[in-house]
Amino acid sequence: MLTTPRPQASSIQRPGLLLSERATRFKRAGSLAGRGMLLIITSSSAIAVLFIFAFIIRDALPFFRLEGLRELFTSTRWYPSREPAEFGALAIFAGSGLVTLGAIVVAVPLGVAAAVCLSDLLPFAVRQWVKPIIEILAAIPSVAFGFFALVVFAPLLQAQGGPLLALACWIIGLPLALLGTTVVSDLAAGKLPERLRQPGQVVSFLLLAAASLATLHWTASWLGGLSISSGTNALNVSIILGIMALPTVVSVSEDALQAVGRELREGSYALGATRAETLVKVVIPAASSGILAAIILGVMRAVGETMVVWMASGNAAQIPDPWFNFLEPIRTLTATIAGDMGEADHVTGSSRYHVLFALALCLLTFSFTCNLVSEWASRRTRRKLA
Amino acid sequence: MKKVKGRVALMAFVAIALSLCFTAVYAQKTENKIVIDGSTTVGPIAKAFAEYYMGKHPEVNITVSESGSGNGAKSLVNGVCDIADMSRFMKDKEFQAAVENSVFPVAHVVAMDGLPILVHPSNPIRGLTVEQVRHIYTGRITNWNELGGPNLKIVKVSRDTNSGTYETFEGLVMNKEKIAEDTEYVGSNGAVRQRVQSTQAAIGYAGLGFVDRTVKALEVNGIYPDQQTVTSGRYPIARPLFMFTDGYPKLGSHLHAFVTLHLTEQGQEIVESIGFVPVTSY
Repeated sequence: MLTTPRPQASSIQRPGLLLSERATRFKRAGSLAGRGMLLIITSSSAIAVLFIFAFIIRDALPFFRLEGLRELFTSTRWYPSREPAEFGALAIFAGSGLVTLGAIVVAVPLGVAAAVCLSDLLPFAVRQWVKPIIEILAAIPSVAFGFFALVVFAPLLQAQGGPLLALACWIIGLPLALLGTTVVSDLAAGKLPERLRQPGQVVSFLLLAAASLATLHWTASWLGGLSISSGTNALNVSIILGIMALPTVVSVSEDALQAVGRELREGSYALGATRAETLVKVVIPAASSGILAAIILGVMRAVGETMVVWMASGNAAQIPDPWFNFLEPIRTLTATIAGDMGEADHVTGSSRYHVLFALALCLLTFSFTCNLVSEWASRRTRRKLA
Repeated sequence: MKKVKGRVALMAFVAIALSLCFTAVYAQKTENKIVIDGSTTVGPIAKAFAEYYMGKHPEVNITVSESGSGNGAKSLVNGVCDIADMSRFMKDKEFQAAVENSVFPVAHVVAMDGLPILVHPSNPIRGLTVEQVRHIYTGRITNWNELGGPNLKIVKVSRDTNSGTYETFEGLVMNKEKIAEDTEYVGSNGAVRQRVQSTQAAIGYAGLGFVDRTVKALEVNGIYPDQQTVTSGRYPIARPLFMFTDGYPKLGSHLHAFVTLHLTEQGQEIVESIGFVPVTSY
């Protein structure tokens, strides 16, 4: 390995070790040392991650040794400062899960739709302007979002919550209803014989439109009648987290859609597909792994966010009454760690200090798993398209 | 020649910049500095004192942070700050940790504080008993109409467990009972006031200095929280506010002058202007 007779152009594989026969042992050792140094430097980031894991595990294990696994994951009573202390974090896990779910519901449809628009629908000149604007959202500091959520959005939800939700229902529901009605009536009329197709389409469109508008109206008036007693709740945080995760989802989805390449799209058009058919049946399925990776990155962003949830989620360690009731305050893992860190001194309160590391370990494991899955997903895209 | 000139100029610039940085750092070290950390209740007092003192002695540099009484005690124990503002007394374990670190905490009572129970100005209720407040926070009373108010679900706001205000409330009102699970926790007294003033059905507690026209303070056991009732002890939820130092500061030093400011007439005027109760009737 260290000696190669005469270097030929076709056989040069590792030029670093390709020293001629006349190279002294000193030179070879020097070359090896150089490569070793470079290896250490480039792997320093991986080593840092390992060290982070190691230190968090080291400080989390004492909690599990003192209190065991059962209470943390099954009890909902979180009273770390009482004597005797109770460390039931199930409500906190549920809170994190709830706001992440809400953030995904906000960010994914909006983000994937924006990515599809950016990559396939908008003219190039418009795209050059819109993409930087979406990426500005990622540059806004999270504490600014949290401040907005606490000082502006929460009182707004309390004062005008019902009407606001009704308005959102109309804004989101109307285009979706029109789109859905058109598509479904088109498909339904396609089954009719040739002569009846045109009037059949009109009739079914009108019927479906009437039905969907009636449903929207009923939903909106039900939402409008709701009164939100506390504006710092899961809904507030979900919306803000969704907006924060949006740039990530859009960027990565758009990269995945771009990576599909022109050949696939041109082939589809050449076979006579419409733009909608190309998008829905060819491009998006081809980019699906990349879009999955984008969603997972959005999840990681939402789970790890601290400032916004600490300021605007209410920090109540409870599971809301029906679990999907977004109008109740909840508490997340990140806010618990940030909020309780001050009092939990490793000298003055042992379990109370170590439980925070146990929660951090759960967060870290979850993020790590998400990262691995997203890596696997994007590797699948590359292999599929290559 | 140009290349060499450019390189020489760059190195000269870097050298001058580094030396300026070093002199700045060195200058900081030899100047008079007081670092204060701790309670968000005592913070405004410390800041007002700092402003007044720095006005009289421009060579002194005083920095005030407000990260909670627990954090202030930790900083004092670790030698990071000179004064720990605390709205509660040091716990046994904190004292122990301090002594183990060769820090000997000395308490200076700079002001007296009452914990008013705050509600939205539109709330018609005038007063509650300590027991009713306790029942609200344990979740036994859930709607304002049980107390003669409007038909709204009570939104309970509490300080986070880091704070001395929370510890005082827990000790004087809760009587060892658990606070209800659906209580909202916020990070500072200012945040409590902000939540109460924007939420019609809210109830919360903060320091006396945080009562203004945007919130309404309730009578507790028939006594309205103001300066007379807190000093005389008639208001049931009252507490002293502390500044802890490492040992008694050297007589004549800036630190000593700062922690005895509350005994001077100027200092007590400042305390009163913030809304707390001065320790003597000067």
